[in-house]
Amino acid sequence: MIRAEGLVKTFGDFTAVDGIDVEVRPGEAFGFLGPNGAGKSSTMRMIGCVSPPSAGTLEILGMDARTQGAQIRARLGVVPQKDTLDEELTVEENIWVYGRYFGLSRRLVRERAEELLDFAQLTGRAKSVVEPLSGGMKRRLTIARALVNSPSVLLLDEPTTGLDPQARHVLWDRLFRLKREGVTLVLTTHYMDEAEQLCDRLVVMDQGRVVAEGSPRSLIEQHSTREVLELRFDVADHQPVAEKVHGVAERVEVLPDRLLLYTADGESAQAEVTRRGLDPLSALVRRSTLEDVFLHLTGRTLVD
Amino acid sequence: MTDGRVGAGRAGMLVERNYRSSRRTWPVIVSGFFEPVFFLFAMGVGIGTLVGDVELADGTAVPYVVFVAPALLAASAMNGAVFDSTINVFFKLKYARLYDSVLATPLGPRDVAVAEIGWALLRGVVYSTAFLLVAALAGAVTSPWALLAVPAATLIGWAFASLGMAATTYMRTWADFDYVNLAILPMFLFSATFFPLQTYPPALQGVVQATPLYHGVAMVRELMLGRVGPGLLVHVAVLAALGVLGTWWTARRIEGLLLR
Repeated sequence: MIRAEGLVKTFGDFTAVDGIDVEVRPGEAFGFLGPNGAGKSSTMRMIGCVSPPSAGTLEILGMDARTQGAQIRARLGVVPQKDTLDEELTVEENIWVYGRYFGLSRRLVRERAEELLDFAQLTGRAKSVVEPLSGGMKRRLTIARALVNSPSVLLLDEPTTGLDPQARHVLWDRLFRLKREGVTLVLTTHYMDEAEQLCDRLVVMDQGRVVAEGSPRSLIEQHSTREVLELRFDVADHQPVAEKVHGVAERVEVLPDRLLLYTADGESAQAEVTRRGLDPLSALVRRSTLEDVFLHLTGRTLVD
Repeated sequence: MTDGRVGAGRAGMLVERNYRSSRRTWPVIVSGFFEPVFFLFAMGVGIGTLVGDVELADGTAVPYVVFVAPALLAASAMNGAVFDSTINVFFKLKYARLYDSVLATPLGPRDVAVAEIGWALLRGVVYSTAFLLVAALAGAVTSPWALLAVPAATLIGWAFASLGMAATTYMRTWADFDYVNLAILPMFLFSATFFPLQTYPPALQGVVQATPLYHGVAMVRELMLGRVGPGLLVHVAVLAALGVLGTWWTARRIEGLLLR
């Protein structure tokens, strides 16, 4: 579906994407995970053929992104980071007009709009103008609009950023449905739960590079331990406490408000902490998540 | 001309979009008709009674309203085109971010340029036709050649809409539009619009003749007075060249701004 080799994007002196290799397979949900500024959006813009690659090769649906942009865009659906709905038009007109940009007939866009508004749970708002819709509704309309040309690949740049938890779940549900229908999803996110929920495979990006690649499960297995012990102490700085738990776990990460102890067995580690006479305010044993992977790979938490 | 990177030849779809959105803002569109009509009655009919006849370069004299009506048609074609292609386009470019979503489809930057300029021209055709009717009722139309004033006004609109849109791509804030007024207002007043070229000091006549609006005014005036000659082709060529330049330039700028 999508194949990038040594893909680079520079803006003057600034290198946004620094030579990444990515392959997206048909029908999968593929994620770009990383903090703001990691190069996710620049990569998505190149895949969307609205930003020419500075170097490397980028092939989408068997075509060259540099020279066949219009043909590629005809088969993509794009959900940009910020909604770019046409606020001068109504909900249904947004879909009609967008479909017309793809050269679909007036009759066809009306049919598609009806199906898509149903899919986006917006049928009741079809005649409404866009402006008063809630954030979640606008997002769903943006997705519905992106589907008007029945795209082979749907690109979603931070699809749920800024939405409340309920709206996020509604959106995820819609994306699952699309995936089951065979649409290839490519999305960026800086939420681990979103990546774990939606993505079959993902790459972790940091500073324009791919630092890890795989399924959420395999990334956790490769780059983290089975369990994590989280300890909070009643101190301003957790760094000195970290020295006292040295050797208790395979690895210790110091966060401003807590310590993370990476170990196969959280319970024993906790017992060892107690045996050393330490008295944390709270101690929690949990499974490793993608956030731990990210923390390990980049030394930073993901949500900034 | 079918380079897929700059355009998909589907500018018409964006024109359709503008038509759809304009149906909700038709009072704004209708208001565009009144400006030149008010000018026609204030300047042509009102001041015209004080001025009497105007002597043309060839020595013949015509009533002031007959002299000034073609200039008002040309100037309003300019004003309308500039308004549509600057303020409206700036809003869509910077605030509504309309073209970001358009360029994610097969449409390219040239489609955007052609569509927005074309839309300004379509509105212009309606305005200039309506103005011509009012001018005829006011007794300011004296030759059947005046019918060609509508396509002529459209040509003026093309030159100014395309240059206006190109200039808009350089605008950073609304305050920058003062520069547009700075260029438009003197042209409106001093392109042999309200008084004939030979009344200007000889040194300034060359300056006047170098402005695009002068060519527009002269072209429409020659048509409406029925003085059709090969000189018309010069005006047509100048305005068409500006239209081509402005359209090409706009497409380049849209590409540079949005397809980085």
